[in-house]
Amino acid sequence: MTAGEFVSLLGPSGSGKTTALTMIAGFETPSAGRITIGGQDVTFLAPNHRNIGMVFQKYALFPHLTIRQNIAFPLRMRGRMQKTAIARRVEEMLELVQLSEYAERYPNQLSGGQQQRVAVARALAFEPPVLLMDEPLGALDKKLREAMQFEIKRLQERLGATVVYVTHDQDEALTMSDRIAIMSDGRLMQFGTPTELYRQPRTEFVADFIGRMNFIDGDCLDCTAEQTVVRLSERTVLNLPSAANERTRRYNAGTALRLAIRPERMRLTKRGDGGADALPGIVDAAVFIGSTYIYLVRLADRPDASLQVQIAADGVTPFQKNDDVDIVLDGAAAHVFPVMERCAA
Amino acid sequence: MTRSLTLLPRSLSFRRPSSARFYSLTTSLALVTPLLAALMAGFLYPVARLVALSFSGGTLSHYRRIFTEPLHLEVLFSTIEVAFIVTVASLLLGFPVAYLMAQLGKGLAMAVTACVFIPLWTSVLIRSYAWVVLLQRNGIINTLLVDTGPTEGPLKLIYTQGAVILAMTHVLMPFMILPIYSTLRALPPDYVRAARNLGAGPVRAFVAVTLPLSLPGVFAGSVMCFVLALGFYITPALVGGPNSMLMATLIGQQTTVLLDWPFAAALSTVLLAVTLLFVLMFRRTLSLSKGLNSVY
Ligand SMILES: Nc1ncnc2c1ncn2[C@@H]1O[C@H](COP(=O)(O)OP(=O)(O)O)[C@@H](O)[C@H]1O
Ligand SMILES: [Mg+2]
Repeated sequence: MTAGEFVSLLGPSGSGKTTALTMIAGFETPSAGRITIGGQDVTFLAPNHRNIGMVFQKYALFPHLTIRQNIAFPLRMRGRMQKTAIARRVEEMLELVQLSEYAERYPNQLSGGQQQRVAVARALAFEPPVLLMDEPLGALDKKLREAMQFEIKRLQERLGATVVYVTHDQDEALTMSDRIAIMSDGRLMQFGTPTELYRQPRTEFVADFIGRMNFIDGDCLDCTAEQTVVRLSERTVLNLPSAANERTRRYNAGTALRLAIRPERMRLTKRGDGGADALPGIVDAAVFIGSTYIYLVRLADRPDASLQVQIAADGVTPFQKNDDVDIVLDGAAAHVFPVMERCAA
Repeated sequence: MTRSLTLLPRSLSFRRPSSARFYSLTTSLALVTPLLAALMAGFLYPVARLVALSFSGGTLSHYRRIFTEPLHLEVLFSTIEVAFIVTVASLLLGFPVAYLMAQLGKGLAMAVTACVFIPLWTSVLIRSYAWVVLLQRNGIINTLLVDTGPTEGPLKLIYTQGAVILAMTHVLMPFMILPIYSTLRALPPDYVRAARNLGAGPVRAFVAVTLPLSLPGVFAGSVMCFVLALGFYITPALVGGPNSMLMATLIGQQTTVLLDWPFAAALSTVLLAVTLLFVLMFRRTLSLSKGLNSVY
């Protein structure tokens, strides 16, 4: 991570996001590896000497202290500031999060959103260069969450802080982050900008986790650096450009592969108009959601495989349920992954 | 969260019984009626009789006697003093134990909990006699002291106020440990982590966060210890001497030896009043600390 960056840790619950933050904050020691901040190895440094701000998942505001006392806490603990300087700084922080009127209240007298703002103010009061946030908006309703996302981002940019933000909400991660680290089962799956993750997922897990993705199983006929030919059924063979196999992995003929393609990277035509590499299908459902149509299309000769196709709604004549269609894939936007051996239960 | 106060920490209190949502009022009443009846018959009625008895003959003469004869006032004050010292000693010794129990892993915590509970399940009589055995003139402690040589002859350990305080602290300590333990146990580790993260060392985090947040348990334990100590009978009767008489012993003497029941009733009423007074004072203190009030 570089200084001033906003990085999200994104993953399903139980994937080790909190654990990762816990180690950065110093409450637990990693069994292997090092943690360095600004070039300094902090792996074994006590949490109180790390100078990292943290917003806890459940805020962890001290219930026996007023809002003012909560925000003053890190300043008092550091003991380097005069009483008047502390008071001034607390005032500033209260104004920053617009809670000046609530200074003398106790945390349980505040709403969830207000508590969240106090937690941020407390974590920022001592101007830490690094701020950790553990699903800080998880407990808030949708509307408040969106407002707070904006707020947090604005604060971060204003203060130039480096933020590690934990979330299991991909939209939140996509809108807020400079870069996202996708976690699964305690492992880092991929680390990149939102665009990279969306356009070039390196594993099936990432492809599935970010955005909507269709998967079709097939097997490899000819996979080289130049082209990827995937057989979906006896009659359907897809010839994709090499970009799809972006790790330019070579698979032996017959290897089970999984093809991934986003709903918006496909077109529908009347049956027969799709050209050589089109997949014949039958419309199972058509949904109009204003700006787009979403079709659920079953492959004609693979009734088990169903694809979601998203098409901009401007001017096209919609297809109906049970229409025979051809699906035209944007081959450059497709990905192939090896099918992982699944242990049969 | 209601503003009503309880002396017990949340885990021990019955303030918001969730079952009330499932049962109708009639069913609920039917369920508590036996208990209420038992309380009426076994507690309220005798207490009322006792208070009535203390005013027998329509005079305040028994009360006048208590407050004019220095002996009785002395016993009352020394009872309060002993109860106070026992409470403080239990707190000082019990808090670290409770803290340890809350910190330890499951297995070890069980072991320590057993060490706290097993004495509690042992009869008070046996525990008090154990102290007699330990403290008597040629008991283990005196033998050890004389043999290893720090003292010339055996010390007078038993039948002193010190012995009473020691034995009562031992007997009452579990009542201090358990509420504190349950409060500490219920405390999310995030608070201490937050304190450490915000720059507090381990000691300051304890003083600034753990300690204040454990106060409801401390109050609950203290009230229990103090109230139990005020009315303690067996232990002071066994290990205490004539110079370290407490209220309960005095009342016992009046009823069994001197057979002056009205006077004993007056003494009991005074003790009851003093106990209630202290409980109210404790509650008042707790309700004044607003922050704590908002915790539980
Ligand atoms: N890298 C890892 N090695 C071993 N255990 C891990 C690792 N990452 C997470 N865990 C374990 O997985 C569990 C869930 O992790 P947690 O960080 O709470 O997940 P999340 O916050 O993503 O929901 C924890 O019990 C943790 O000990
Ligand atoms: Mg978590």
